[in-house]
Amino acid sequence: MNYQWHWGVFLQPSASGDDTYLGWMLSGLKMTIALSLSAWVLALALGALIGVLRTAPNKWLAGFATAYVELFRNIPLLVQLFIWYFVLPELLPESIGNAYKQSNPMLQQFLASMICLALFTSARVAEQVRAGINSLPKGQKNAGLALGFTLPQTYRFVILPMAFRLVVPPLTSEFLNIFKNSAVCSTIGLLELAAQGRQLVDYTAQPYESFIAVTVAYLLINVTVMFLMRKVEHRVAVPGYLGGK
Amino acid sequence: MIKISNVSKNYGAFDVLKDCSTTVQKGEVVVVCGPSGSGKSTLIKCVNGLEPFQSGEIIVDGTSVGDPKTNLSKLRSRVGMVFQHFELFPHMSITENLAIAQIKVLGRKQDEAMDKGLKLLDRVGLKAHAHKFPGQLSGGQQQRVAIARALAMDPICMLFDEPTSALDPEMINEVLDVMTELAQEGMTMMCVTHEMGFAKRVANRVIFMDHGRIVEDDSKEAFFANPRSERAQQFLAKILHH
Ligand SMILES: Nc1ncnc2c1ncn2[C@@H]1O[C@H](COP(=O)(O)OP(=O)(O)OP(=O)(O)O)[C@@H](O)[C@H]1O
Ligand SMILES: [Mg+2]
Repeated sequence: MNYQWHWGVFLQPSASGDDTYLGWMLSGLKMTIALSLSAWVLALALGALIGVLRTAPNKWLAGFATAYVELFRNIPLLVQLFIWYFVLPELLPESIGNAYKQSNPMLQQFLASMICLALFTSARVAEQVRAGINSLPKGQKNAGLALGFTLPQTYRFVILPMAFRLVVPPLTSEFLNIFKNSAVCSTIGLLELAAQGRQLVDYTAQPYESFIAVTVAYLLINVTVMFLMRKVEHRVAVPGYLGGK
Repeated sequence: MIKISNVSKNYGAFDVLKDCSTTVQKGEVVVVCGPSGSGKSTLIKCVNGLEPFQSGEIIVDGTSVGDPKTNLSKLRSRVGMVFQHFELFPHMSITENLAIAQIKVLGRKQDEAMDKGLKLLDRVGLKAHAHKFPGQLSGGQQQRVAIARALAMDPICMLFDEPTSALDPEMINEVLDVMTELAQEGMTMMCVTHEMGFAKRVANRVIFMDHGRIVEDDSKEAFFANPRSERAQQFLAKILHH
């Protein structure tokens, strides 16, 4: 193969002039992290709520939560993204829709991406939370209620603290997934890591360096997330139970 | 204290409880026994509203359990319950297990709740284990903590659902001793148990259930001397000859 390796390309001034190509990669990385983290926080909060509702004794609430999960889990992520980005603004009341469409395009891309990733992931988080709750002995809920806790108190003090501990490992993989899934958002023009990598290929004709750099960046994210979640797991380990000592 | 009148409950076509009636007076100890699946757990869970029932009435200390207007949480906070599988909260230390409901339900101050918890822990002989977690205790120890946790709420009566049947034989007595002491101090108790030695020692009455019915509801003396129903006779013969 006759390929000219040229790692120095990253230090060259970029086509836009005011930055290096490394700067492009870093801004892509920052975008990926900002997008994924904000979507993750939302997904956790929403997913926990929906997961709890799925186990609620009220069948309307449980039904609503089931519909939510099925909806967001079963429509392909890419289709959801297009709906949020292209379709939804058209459905807004005209005045709000117009104001939205005149706002900064990057903001529009970011918001659509964040909401899309957050809702898609929240459905998956909800399933994990529900599984965690259901895997606890049923007697725990009764024990909470028998002490005089209300049902919400029983969830708050008895069920959720254990359920969340049980779902830390599966949540770790959802956390990793959200970073990987965020690459889909390059399809609506959001300049995250994958998009910057592709742009680099177009401008520099150094595809190997670009994609290796992108790969390394995703790997770093992975390693960091796993390290953090491992810490969390240790932190919440229960003495004499499961992984605890 | 507890008055159960004509209570029936079904899961679809299956009748779990059929027209059950009995009473437990203040200070009385009533032992409930019967074959597996006869509805003992269901009956005792109806008393504090953990299981709903379709007809009949249960009155606990003047409050109707089945009445939709009843504040069930408040009622339950006054009725202690001990489960077959202990059901301590595994993510809390023993002291936290003892204190949390006192604080969150009764509104006691942290210090007060801790003090009370430690006193009861001492009473069940486990003071040295205060800072451990449930997973670090043996089954018998966990069950004694569970009893202390229920007592910390100053209950007006106690319900036990097979408190010793998940325990290794050598741990059964440490739990029964605590229960015996409690009975002798005059606690009103309704105990589902097959420990007939315990029944003979402290029970006032014995209830025998079969297929969702209360078949026998007698003074302890009458029950052991001469159970009226054939089912109870067979049951006793089986249990006592073990
Ligand atoms: N959710 C449910 N749906 C249908 N049937 C149930 C349900 N819960 C319990 N049952 C049935 O009700 C009957 C009574 O159950 P219960 O737990 O009260 O029996 P028990 O006398 O406590 O038995 P054991 O000695 O095994 O604890 C059993 O036949 C059981 O199969
Ligand atoms: Mg039972």
